[in-house]
Amino acid sequence: MFSYIGRRASHSILSVIGLLTLVFFLTRLTGDPSALYLPLDATAEARAAFAKLNGLDQPIPWQFAEYLKDLLHLDFGQSLRQNRSAMEVALQAFPETLKLAFVAITLSTALAILVGSLAAARPGSLFDRIASVTSLAGASAPDFWVAIVGILVFAVGLELLPTSGTGTWAHWIMPIFVLMLRPFGLLVQVVRSTMLSALASPYIKTARAKGLRRQKIIFGHALRNSLLPVVTVAGDLATSLVNGAVVVESIFGWPGIGKLMIDSIIQRDFAVVQSTILVTATAIFILNIAIDLLYAVLDPRIRY
Amino acid sequence: MKSAHDSILKGEGPILKIEGLTVDFLSNDEPVRAVDDVSFHVNRGETLVILGESGSGKSVSTSTVMDLVDCPPGDIVGGSCLFDGTELSRLDAEGRRNINGRRIAMIFQDPLAYLNPVYTVGRQIAEVFESHDAARGKQARANAIELLRRVGIPEPESRVDFYPHQFSGGQRQRVMIAMAIALKPDILIADEPTTALDVSVQAQILDLLRDLQRETGMALVMITHDLEVAASMADRIIVMNGGKVVESGLAQEVFSNPQHPYTRRLIGALPHGEAAETSHRRSTEIAGATLLKVEHLTKEYVLASGAFAGKRTFRAVDDVSFEVRKGETLGVVGESGSGKSSIARILLRLNDPSSGQAIYAGENIFEMCGKRLVAFRRKVQMVFQDPYGSMNPRMNVRSIISEPWAIHRDLLPRSNWKDRVAELLDLVGLRPEHAERYPHQFSGGQRQRIAIARALASEPELIVCDEAVSALDVSIQAQVIDLLADLRTRLGLSYIFITHDLPIVRHFADRILVMKQGKIVEEGPTSALFSAPQHEYTQSLLKAVPKPKWLMSTEAPRAVPGAPRPERTRNGSMAG
Repeated sequence: MFSYIGRRASHSILSVIGLLTLVFFLTRLTGDPSALYLPLDATAEARAAFAKLNGLDQPIPWQFAEYLKDLLHLDFGQSLRQNRSAMEVALQAFPETLKLAFVAITLSTALAILVGSLAAARPGSLFDRIASVTSLAGASAPDFWVAIVGILVFAVGLELLPTSGTGTWAHWIMPIFVLMLRPFGLLVQVVRSTMLSALASPYIKTARAKGLRRQKIIFGHALRNSLLPVVTVAGDLATSLVNGAVVVESIFGWPGIGKLMIDSIIQRDFAVVQSTILVTATAIFILNIAIDLLYAVLDPRIRY
Repeated sequence: MKSAHDSILKGEGPILKIEGLTVDFLSNDEPVRAVDDVSFHVNRGETLVILGESGSGKSVSTSTVMDLVDCPPGDIVGGSCLFDGTELSRLDAEGRRNINGRRIAMIFQDPLAYLNPVYTVGRQIAEVFESHDAARGKQARANAIELLRRVGIPEPESRVDFYPHQFSGGQRQRVMIAMAIALKPDILIADEPTTALDVSVQAQILDLLRDLQRETGMALVMITHDLEVAASMADRIIVMNGGKVVESGLAQEVFSNPQHPYTRRLIGALPHGEAAETSHRRSTEIAGATLLKVEHLTKEYVLASGAFAGKRTFRAVDDVSFEVRKGETLGVVGESGSGKSSIARILLRLNDPSSGQAIYAGENIFEMCGKRLVAFRRKVQMVFQDPYGSMNPRMNVRSIISEPWAIHRDLLPRSNWKDRVAELLDLVGLRPEHAERYPHQFSGGQRQRIAIARALASEPELIVCDEAVSALDVSIQAQVIDLLADLRTRLGLSYIFITHDLPIVRHFADRILVMKQGKIVEEGPTSALFSAPQHEYTQSLLKAVPKPKWLMSTEAPRAVPGAPRPERTRNGSMAG
């Protein structure tokens, strides 16, 4: 197993290097930062000095070599906008995103497993139909629209919740709810369909022939066997949340990594863009390895 | 047996009495009547065999007893199931739970599918105790270990923590049996318990069931399509066909003097040793030239290397040489894991061999590539065990059969495809209008006929049948074998017929190879091999074919010495 993790990690490092290379050159295509950071009437000398200070006067391949050299010393560059270590900026924002992602994905998975299982236990029942309709609606509603309507109704209209920012628990409610919608909707559908096939499988007959209680059959035997596809989809959804829920974080002013990323791109804060991508990519690789290991825990037939 | 007679003499009523049971299955059209006015009873301690082919309603009727029929699509139209004075159909969920697993237990055909793959066998056995409040925790685990020991699992203390996939097929069935007898039920229902097993393993499992029955005095209801298994187990027998009971009585009487035409036909299809010597299914002359010559074929698999073990290799096929002549049927017999299917796959170039060569019509198969390989693949076809799995469910029969012509363009002009499909369907005993149907709309035997038609479509010279009839009912098996024999005579085909089922090859094969652990242990003409088997393994295979219970006089004393028949641990009132 450890050799498996080692192998996966080394593959991941290669991918991260590839990704950083790509990002490095792509960000430089967005334009010259000095156009943004210096006044419009700045002199050519001032621009040249700014470029020299930030190492932007060198040819791009040279800059890249410098960047790689600094990476080896764990120097990830300076933020132009905030004038401090780019990695510090990224690592400050990342926990905010993680908290949001963790709560949203845990809650929606747990809820979806419950709703999906109960729906599959009695297919065609009223509960099943309600679950199907709500989950479909959840999976297909555009999150930015729900977020804006939510702000209009609960923050502006009813004045129950804050419009944006962080601080109190009330600030969590709308972002979490909006982030949960899609994962919940998709997962209910996944849980329901895998549970339906699990409940029709032979070992469930055995469980019934053994005289097990109904809950035990549904949650002990069928659900346990349905978890693999659920973990796959939930992991995929978690990945997209860890990546920074750009839209939701921007709308609710949540100081997460998604918002930081989009701001840095607009501001041509190259070092920060690169650092945020390094952070999220690493997190996603770790997450993927964790999911693979979870497979082996859930299904004894899977061994690495 | 003794116990059965005892209970009849004591005037006890039957433990289970089913009367007028009728079950429909709802479909889009008319509901299908799966079980039609079926009545039977089971006495304490006896073995009742329900004999019938697939679709005869035998499994549905016993599943109804356990309340395992899903409603819908199932619909229990009428009838009563009286178990020890309780009407089962009137029980609520909790009452039902008290019967299932505790007083009536069931084992199934395919233990791999019927065991939960994600839990250890120990946990699954312990669950029976826990859900019926008979034991918990450590005690339940200890009981599970004891049960595993009883059913003959070696090293039960460590194997108790193994998962189902880590056991062999026979051991899995033993685990199922352990689970079923955990609470010493009054009735054990065994639904085709040995159908998926090798013949020697089958014999062991049947022995185990007999022993357990003697120990616990439980009634055994055994469902099977296998007449030999039926004869070897049954005190009484009922024969089902088309959802109805067509015959019932004491086993020996039913077998020696079948009344109903269906039973007669069924028993007529049973391969009898004497008749085989003059079998019309063997080819009359085998003077043909050598078609295929296999020399020193070896296939090694590299097993995954563990953290502390180096690379290990496993020889699936070990230095195998044989030849097939034109118009000949070569039977390859062996139990699962003997390497017989590996040979088939290698010869079809589905897998590559580790070493050795196979000369087909003067050319080494393993060196063919490009056009030559395509031409070779046209001439050698395969019929698989599971016709359902080897057909694309979204293609209809016409496209399945005509696919070879789409691959081998020069075989047949497109304009003739339709007629040729009809012709082939006719040849394998199906109707031309079947061409527009899909695989799931056919029975197992019909699907195997389609598979044969598909194999014939490319006008092959050699057909490799890998357990081609193993999944079929006895009478269907006979029909398919007849068909293959007929096609051989008419089209001059050769067969490599791979099977674990000895009686079948006895009828059909001209020559037989017996394989064990990748090696050929014995080879010879069919009649010689059956009348005077040389190798110990062949002898044990032949012996493992079940013998009728009424002829097992030598085994009867086994029950007597030492222990008297154990007292029933529970009386009728069901203490707890």
